[in-house]
Amino acid sequence: MICPMKKTWFEFLARRLAAPALIGCGLFVAGAGPAVAAAPFEDTMAQRTLACTACHGPQGRAAPDGYYPRLAGKPAGYLYNQLLNFREGRRHYSLMTQLIDPLSDAYLLEIAQYFSNLEVPYPSPLPSPAPAGVLRLGRQLVMQGDAARKLPACVQCHGQAMTGVAPDIPGLLGLPRDYLNAQLGAWKAGQRRTHAPDCMKEVVERMSLEDINAVASWVAAQPLPVNTHPATALPALMPGSTAIRCASAPLTATSTTQTKAQK
Amino acid sequence: MKTWTKFALVVGVLAVSAVAAVWSLNVRDEVDVRIPVAVASSDSLIARGAYLALAGNCMGCHTARGGLSYAGGLGIATPFGTVFTSNLTPDTNTGIGSWSPAHFWRALHNGRSKSGRLLYPAFPYTSYTHVTREDSDAMFAYLRSLPAVNQVNRPNTLRFPFNSQAALAVWRARYFTPGVYQPQTGRTAEWNRGAYLVTGLGHCSACHAPRDALGGTRHSLALAGGLIPMQNWYAPSLASPHEAGVGNWGKEQIVSLLKTGVTPGASVSGPMAEVVLRSTQYLTQQDLGAMAQYLKELPDTSPPHQAPAPARSAKDSANTEKAAKLYEQHCAQCHGDKGQGVANAYPPLAGNRAVTMAATENLVQMVLGGGFAPATTGNPRPFGMPPFVLVLNDSEVAAVITHIRTSWGNQASDITAREVNGIRARQTN
Repeated sequence: MICPMKKTWFEFLARRLAAPALIGCGLFVAGAGPAVAAAPFEDTMAQRTLACTACHGPQGRAAPDGYYPRLAGKPAGYLYNQLLNFREGRRHYSLMTQLIDPLSDAYLLEIAQYFSNLEVPYPSPLPSPAPAGVLRLGRQLVMQGDAARKLPACVQCHGQAMTGVAPDIPGLLGLPRDYLNAQLGAWKAGQRRTHAPDCMKEVVERMSLEDINAVASWVAAQPLPVNTHPATALPALMPGSTAIRCASAPLTATSTTQTKAQK
Repeated sequence: MKTWTKFALVVGVLAVSAVAAVWSLNVRDEVDVRIPVAVASSDSLIARGAYLALAGNCMGCHTARGGLSYAGGLGIATPFGTVFTSNLTPDTNTGIGSWSPAHFWRALHNGRSKSGRLLYPAFPYTSYTHVTREDSDAMFAYLRSLPAVNQVNRPNTLRFPFNSQAALAVWRARYFTPGVYQPQTGRTAEWNRGAYLVTGLGHCSACHAPRDALGGTRHSLALAGGLIPMQNWYAPSLASPHEAGVGNWGKEQIVSLLKTGVTPGASVSGPMAEVVLRSTQYLTQQDLGAMAQYLKELPDTSPPHQAPAPARSAKDSANTEKAAKLYEQHCAQCHGDKGQGVANAYPPLAGNRAVTMAATENLVQMVLGGGFAPATTGNPRPFGMPPFVLVLNDSEVAAVITHIRTSWGNQASDITAREVNGIRARQTN
């Protein structure tokens, strides 16, 4: 387990994190002494990716403000695609783009795999303040979709347990409502893209702002299942629904590349 | 003759002479594109061209973010507007498929497009003019071997009068002299090769030479350092021992920095990280050695070093304490409690010229945005510095930078929160 060193800059962020997340970290707890001996340097990926965890939280467990999403345990292919999307201008956040600009594909893949393999407990979801009707709509769209509008259920691709499908499809749980809202909104506004065919773009185009809010509100309030790992295969298609083509998650490639992400 | 007629006549003659002068200065050493030159393409010529295109980092600018290689479309922001790079793939309609080797040579040598239109010097033909015809032909052969991409060039968005060919002609008359690099007889072949690469394809002066208000570089060969327009990074002097001059470095150290992005005590960041990533890491040891030799022998034209910062008064001690605390919290973990750094991972801050040089833009950039050294073949898994833009405010950034500039034997000037704010404000464009 990688523990943040004592007296570090991310103590600032860590202090704002949910306290239980740090209990297992003896070094951190014990590190109250006044002396600042040079922190032991480790030739590890944790050391290399301090630039990432500054915003995404220790071990990529997410920042408490809801703006920097969790990285730990997400499918490696998904994380790698996002890194490429930032570097190549399909996602926009200049701080992120600037940071990874001088990195190679091979190194970005290694970083993605590193975070994907981290086992970090999820925080408990916050109860949603949204009215019952909104949550009902959210649940309906996530679990069943809306056949009349050709809107697929979220679980059709993101897994029945909403923990994602390795190696390319991210889970939906453990993300704050604001982050989910912002991402769906960015897709609707064309600010977040993937290579074509961009399946999420097609899906979000069929959603109203009310739908987006309902889905985000309901998903953000769901507890994590016991097994938080991404599924290894897509769930069976529900009767009446059709598969969607995604460049970022080629369906036929799932079985051939999943071992890499699952390692 | 009446006075006003005389006056008009004089003005007229002067105007015509000025136009004639500008015209003649713009057609110096002009390439005659009508003379057909047969260039037989071969695999070895293409391979040489590919190497030279890397030395010139052509792809770096001629590829948009996320776009197809060499298809152009990247916006180069300048103080006069944005220049969009052109499609260099052999597509007949939108690329250089209809160009001859002479057209390409004229573009490099004279800064003119196939149509004769003057090109904007965001395309650094002020440096590329030093390239030989043979090398130009090799690069052209390489570009012709690329897959054609049908992508229409984006028009530039320059403001008046900078968008006019007449203004550009005046600029060129003042700042541009065409001419292939002439080897100096008193120098070694290695030094001459280095000079050819540094002043030609390497176009080091595009960043490392100071620019005036019109964006021109008058003493570009001196490589005396300059603020890169719009990017807000300072390209340090390659001649001054107080900045990035390498007169006292070993040649291997210079080669290592250009080949891998890191060398004991120094690493590249910002725009130079991109240069190493996309260009210099691919150059041969011999060529990098030649560049190193040339850079080592650059004459030091820097002004005498600034006096050390005055001793701190008692009233500064509270600030000093605050700054030391910030350093301990945020920086010491990697850079060490005495600014000693960690070999092969984090650069030392004590005695580091990137910390102590007069220009502070890069320090502010690094603290705000963080960054990685480039992931090169020689250093494929670099360590990163986190961004602090969301953690530290202007006065804290100023305090911590002042701290590292004045600790462990470093004796550089303070930086104020106001200066940090100015740099940060320019950054958000």
